[in-house]
Amino acid sequence: MSAPLLSARGVGKRFGGRVACHDVSFDLWRGEVLGIVGESGSGKTTLLNCLAGRLLPDSGSVTYETKSAGSVDVHRLSEARRRLLARTEWGFVNQDAREGLRMGVSAGANIGERLMAVGARHYGEIRGQAADWMTRVEIDVERLDDRPNTYSGGMRQRLQIARNLVSNPRLVFMDEPTGGLDVSVQARLLDLLRGLVEGLHLSVVLVTHDLGVARLLTHRLMVMQGGTVVEQGLTDQVLDDPQHPYTQMLVASILPV
Amino acid sequence: MPDTTIQDTSPQDGAYNYGYLDEQTKRMIRRAILKAVAVPGYQVPFGGREMPLPYGWGTGGIQVTAAIIGREDTLKVIDQGADDTTNAVSIRRFFARVAQVATTTHTAEATIIQTRHRVPETPLTDGQILVFQVPIPEPLRMLEPRETETRTLHALSEYGVMQVSLYESIARHGRIAKTYNYPVMVNGRYIMSPSPIPKFDNPKLDRSPALQLYGAGREKRIYAVPPHTPVKSLDFDDHPFEIETWTESCALCGSTESFLDEMIVDDTGKRLFVCSDTDYCESRR
Ligand SMILES: [Zn+2]
Repeated sequence: MSAPLLSARGVGKRFGGRVACHDVSFDLWRGEVLGIVGESGSGKTTLLNCLAGRLLPDSGSVTYETKSAGSVDVHRLSEARRRLLARTEWGFVNQDAREGLRMGVSAGANIGERLMAVGARHYGEIRGQAADWMTRVEIDVERLDDRPNTYSGGMRQRLQIARNLVSNPRLVFMDEPTGGLDVSVQARLLDLLRGLVEGLHLSVVLVTHDLGVARLLTHRLMVMQGGTVVEQGLTDQVLDDPQHPYTQMLVASILPV
Repeated sequence: MPDTTIQDTSPQDGAYNYGYLDEQTKRMIRRAILKAVAVPGYQVPFGGREMPLPYGWGTGGIQVTAAIIGREDTLKVIDQGADDTTNAVSIRRFFARVAQVATTTHTAEATIIQTRHRVPETPLTDGQILVFQVPIPEPLRMLEPRETETRTLHALSEYGVMQVSLYESIARHGRIAKTYNYPVMVNGRYIMSPSPIPKFDNPKLDRSPALQLYGAGREKRIYAVPPHTPVKSLDFDDHPFEIETWTESCALCGSTESFLDEMIVDDTGKRLFVCSDTDYCESRR
């Protein structure tokens, strides 16, 4: 018997009178990468924050299948359990790496934090794992003791990914992980992400406005407009044969590339 | 720093209650103390009063002492281990006047010891109360500036960030370089700032038979370690907590076990090491 890893049912959120997202439902399976695409203001980031337990939806529910404690309603967990989940079984990659990193401490401390948060108390082992993860995200181990404010944008983003993956999460939320980076830096990061996601059999919910990123990384797509999902399906199908006029417009607008 | 002496607050002039604070304020501080004792290491907010001296001169400690002191008490006040600094003398005189208590410089004779920056070398005993003056009560403050977030971290025992700071110290210096205000875990539950005492004094906090009360005047927080409570200095398995050691012994009493201050004694830069705890040192000579 197998249950979806993450299930959303009728998730909705308003800010004041404005609908940010409305009646969103989907299932995410192990090893699956789901893309949420749409323009800015489409509600995709609000939805992501609701899914990750960072925002309380006004309606609907989000269910997550934990490693050992069965399925849980993300928003009915105690704050303590939700935060524990967020730093063990989940990851969250921010568009702005500065929001996801501690800029005042070394790369090693950034990567080691999750290990220490769950009780690791051997400096040498923590450092060893941090060094290992530096290599896996293609950062020179020589930079282990440097602070992220001496890193380039692309390196910071890779460090943020390592900081999340060190705890072996099963589910990673990503908010425009390649946004704001140069095209060549983006390409390298996308390659790295694709390798990690496949190699670690990660499940990912990825928010992006960039259909190229969606094409490269995701298996399935949800297209959002004005807070509602207007189309969803396998990524190739949605991008090659868009049915909804809004999706057609999005796809047409990147054709020249 | 300005030379600060406490204003004349003689109770004979009728302006002040016994122990300087009014009874209502004392009761409020006592309630905070009881709560602090019941939840070791937890910072209890209290509605502090303005005291007749500026913050940084021990207003938090003075309010705690004022709330617990009685005529039968014998008070000792130390500043960096010494009984004779301006600050220690002022506080001692203040309580002699407003609470009519006996004062002493001998650790063993005191029932209440108010301190800044040291724990006496002479082991404390049942029934003694050690009152610490605390400048910054929040041990996570330097790592997490948001008060709401530090409160959540304490509530949920989420202390990874504290360990991160120790990791960083080793990465930078090859060892945990923190020598003062070294963070401790109280009763396996709350991380606490022991106030700016040298880490040399941390082991004295562990399972001490004395009651430890910590008062922060500016931030209006009181916390406590009841007698015989476990207090563990944070560390790593492969970088265990260690206290300072000296190759020298005290030039005055010959002690090899006490916390030593370094002094330059002449123009040629000749250095001497002497006990920071003056009462301990004198008792050995
Ligand atoms: Zn001595």
